[in-house]
Amino acid sequence: MNWSWPFFFDYLTNGLMLRGAWTTIWLSVVSMILGLGLGIVAALMKMYGNRAVRYLAEFYIWLFRGTPILIQLVIIYTGLPQLGIRLSVIESAILGLALNEGAYLAEIIRAGIMSVDKGQEDAARAVGMTWRERMYLVILPQATRTIIPPLGNQFNGMLKTTSLASVISMEELMRNAQMLAQIEFRVLEAYSVAAVWYLVLVSIWSAIQVRIEAHYEKPFGPAAAGALKGKKEGEQTLKKAGAA
Amino acid sequence: MEQQDLATQTERAPGARRLGEPIVVIDGVEKSFHGTPVLRNVSLTVRKREVVVICGRSGSGKSTLLRCIDQLETIDGGTIRAAGHLMGFRERHGKRVPLRDAQIARQQRDLGMVFQNFNLFPHVSVLDNVTMAPVRILKRDKAEAETEARALLQRVGLPDKENAYPRQLSGGQQQRVAIARALAMKPKVMLFDEPTSALDPEMISEVLDVMTDLSEQGMTMIVVTHEMGFARAAADRVVLMHDGQIVEEAPPEEFFQTPKSEHTRLFLSKILQH
Repeated sequence: MNWSWPFFFDYLTNGLMLRGAWTTIWLSVVSMILGLGLGIVAALMKMYGNRAVRYLAEFYIWLFRGTPILIQLVIIYTGLPQLGIRLSVIESAILGLALNEGAYLAEIIRAGIMSVDKGQEDAARAVGMTWRERMYLVILPQATRTIIPPLGNQFNGMLKTTSLASVISMEELMRNAQMLAQIEFRVLEAYSVAAVWYLVLVSIWSAIQVRIEAHYEKPFGPAAAGALKGKKEGEQTLKKAGAA
Repeated sequence: MEQQDLATQTERAPGARRLGEPIVVIDGVEKSFHGTPVLRNVSLTVRKREVVVICGRSGSGKSTLLRCIDQLETIDGGTIRAAGHLMGFRERHGKRVPLRDAQIARQQRDLGMVFQNFNLFPHVSVLDNVTMAPVRILKRDKAEAETEARALLQRVGLPDKENAYPRQLSGGQQQRVAIARALAMKPKVMLFDEPTSALDPEMISEVLDVMTDLSEQGMTMIVVTHEMGFARAAADRVVLMHDGQIVEEAPPEEFFQTPKSEHTRLFLSKILQH
């Protein structure tokens, strides 16, 4: 056996890996936020647009869900220059990941909006809200509750999907692990360290996700209210409600 | 229950309200859903400070009429004027042009609507339910709107519930918050769509009491309900709808004692039997 613990532990805190992990984090967050914006726009276009707008949204979703993200990234970075569009590695990675994510999120967001009770739209109209106000103040905040769990799942996936950006030489965890592996040919140790880092990031995200879900569940369930606002306060609210 | 019992059950203070000029004028309204007519040439005039109760069997079109007044449904024909607006349209050179969403929203702000299923916003507190529209739509000062909202919650008998979420309230309490939410926009007319139909029997009176108070304070109200006790106590006129048409329209005494339409007699015999 040729497994070396010293190399493993050395790589674990190696600057290259730490920088890679950091890149993976911000690349995931930025792509997710942009993807979320794209997803919301595409979902609203598909649900409320006229025929042309609807078809445009459907085409986007169909195209980016129907082709591998790997091909999308390669086309954006190495193919588009042929058409005179030159994007940097970072721009290409963010664009590819966001476009791909947006297509998936559009369907998740659409399902979330459809899950909101029809009476909410009536109530929002009845107090005189415009479409924009209904969406922003009433429908989307409630859709969020349904959207958050699958959204968290998507972000979990995003943390790992960013590794595909290594093929266009984006220096994130995977790419840096490759480089590290080639220095002393400690391939197994280097990639294991990368795997450990992904596990750490995903685990941290899971913990964050629980808190976000509790926040959005707060208006809807006593258990969640207690978990987030401190048990005492939650119980008081409940007692108050019970006393009436 | 006998009709006589109902009459003595609740007495209306005579002359408490003086009716003003017409504020809702419904004229020849037609509405179909997928080819099935729901409203057929419906005309009704409601005057300022008047309380009109609309009753009828389910499917008679009474809820649809209410939803058409508030532009939650678009009408196929006829006109509805309410609170000074030609609902859903504007007139230009004698022609009617359909309004866009934002313009309809502006008209809707002068009408308040209360729903059978309350439809409170479940993601925000009771206070925010009441202040959301004044603060976020009318851009009113938040502190000021909250002071007014607390006064409204006091008025509907829920002064200590402002921080609760809707799910923590009983049905009757939720409906009273819904009334406060509608009143926060200072509507000129209040529309009630079966406000007590989804409530447990013991909670019906707390909602009807609030509505009666409101009528005594001079609010113009159109109420779709099966609560004949409320009709007797608070209504100036009772309207019966049947098959998309208004078949009876009379003051409560006349409506209950000497109905003209066969449909009314049939309806009353069914609803007053138990």
